[in-house]
Amino acid sequence: MRRALLRLVFAVALPALLVTVWWVASAGSTDVYWPPLRTIVEAFPDVWTAERLRGDVLPSALRLAGGYALAAVVGVALGTAIGSYRRVRAVCEPVLEFLRAVPPPVLVPVIMLFAGIGDTMKVTVIAAGCVWPVLLNTVEGVRAVDPVMAETARSYGITGAARLRNLVLRSASPQIFAGLRQALSIGIILMVISEMFAASNGLGFTIVQFQRGFAIPDMWTGILVLGLLGFLLSVVFQWVERRVLGWYHGLRASARRSP
Amino acid sequence: MLDVRGLKKVYEGSGRRVEAVRDLTFAVGAGELVCLVGPSGCGKTTLLKCVGGLLAPTGGEVLLEGRKVSGPPPGMAFVFQEYGRSLFPWMRVGENVGLPLRQKGLSRARRGELVRDALGSVGLADAVRAYPWQLSGGMQQRVAIARALAYEPRVLLMDEPFAAVDAQTRADLEDLVRGLWRERGITILFVTHDIDEAVYLGERVIVLSASPTVVREQLKVDLPVERDQLHTRVDPRFAELRTHVYEQIQAAKKGVVAS
Repeated sequence: MRRALLRLVFAVALPALLVTVWWVASAGSTDVYWPPLRTIVEAFPDVWTAERLRGDVLPSALRLAGGYALAAVVGVALGTAIGSYRRVRAVCEPVLEFLRAVPPPVLVPVIMLFAGIGDTMKVTVIAAGCVWPVLLNTVEGVRAVDPVMAETARSYGITGAARLRNLVLRSASPQIFAGLRQALSIGIILMVISEMFAASNGLGFTIVQFQRGFAIPDMWTGILVLGLLGFLLSVVFQWVERRVLGWYHGLRASARRSP
Repeated sequence: MLDVRGLKKVYEGSGRRVEAVRDLTFAVGAGELVCLVGPSGCGKTTLLKCVGGLLAPTGGEVLLEGRKVSGPPPGMAFVFQEYGRSLFPWMRVGENVGLPLRQKGLSRARRGELVRDALGSVGLADAVRAYPWQLSGGMQQRVAIARALAYEPRVLLMDEPFAAVDAQTRADLEDLVRGLWRERGITILFVTHDIDEAVYLGERVIVLSASPTVVREQLKVDLPVERDQLHTRVDPRFAELRTHVYEQIQAAKKGVVAS
């Protein structure tokens, strides 16, 4: 109980300090672009009404969810295929390295050309950026399946779909999750950027609108919302990861205890 | 039960040709416990993998109940030396033991029965819900043995299963294997580099030459069926047998130097 309390104090200390510093430093600010934090906080409830949450935050979140899910499915599926077969890997690897090196925001104008400016474009942009870390990490994870485990599976007739489900994907899951984690932050960035280009709603769109209308405190509240969204998603991600990779953390901890 | 005829295995790769097994012929009768012993690096593991259908032999054949082995046959179970890498760390003990049974298409009830029975036989009835990495090395190897038992094999192949556990655990596990063999009447082919272990466990010991491997001698172990660590190991006949096998192995090693 006391330790939990202490951990909470540690977790909250730095954010509290930073907010205080911001609050105090900006208290007397008359600079239009750096309004006092007090003004921003006061503007917050007026800007982020239930209607706005439904009209802007929800569409953004749905686009992110759609693009991210698409990237996860495609990344894991392709990564498993590429990681499992040496020949496929030899053919795909140079192309993958090239595609990965292209900064995803560059894709926005390109994808806009054929996907238009609707939700399809945004979901495609998010998926196109998120898929690489998932794909490449899956390839590495699938390649690294322990040969003894692979032989065990073979000797007990665990082949095909059962092998994939019980051995390959489970064994690669720590790496897949590392990829998914990277993809999550890329996804948020691309969600905002794609909405800045061409949109009629969404978080990125709203923030740009505020900025163009010189509603600077409102713009800052939008940035806070983005930060909070990112934080919330990372908490959810960690919760899922702890459940799915509980065995992995336990295994590592036991390996550390007895080297 | 198990017939190995003229088995030959040659590894070829990167311009090197390594003849691991030259010409092996031996038979294991139904319900027999046979130990294969040979100098280190004499291709014992290669041999066992060929017998288990995990490696394709270069020449010769392996027959299980008169049928040629061309892949892991359902009537055979394998216990590997590396217990830590043979059990799946993402599955609980019960799931590890039950997985091959699910693959066999057994009903849930029958699976549960076999898993309980097998874990009970190795003295780990209450470890069903534990993860393998929460158990000691000896217990993990017991789980691997339970998995093999639950599979209901007619032939059990064991590849130096106790090479990585401490001496006391090893003695317990040896007695466990003898006990299971007597209880269940399965045919066991046990590979080891430990001469004492081979003589203590086996009803017959097959002494292998150094690589490229041939059968050097087959020896009937005429010790009583009832054996225990305390008395059997000080039995004069045990000492004679182990001395004989030891001399054979030494001669086998010298043979390498001479050729």
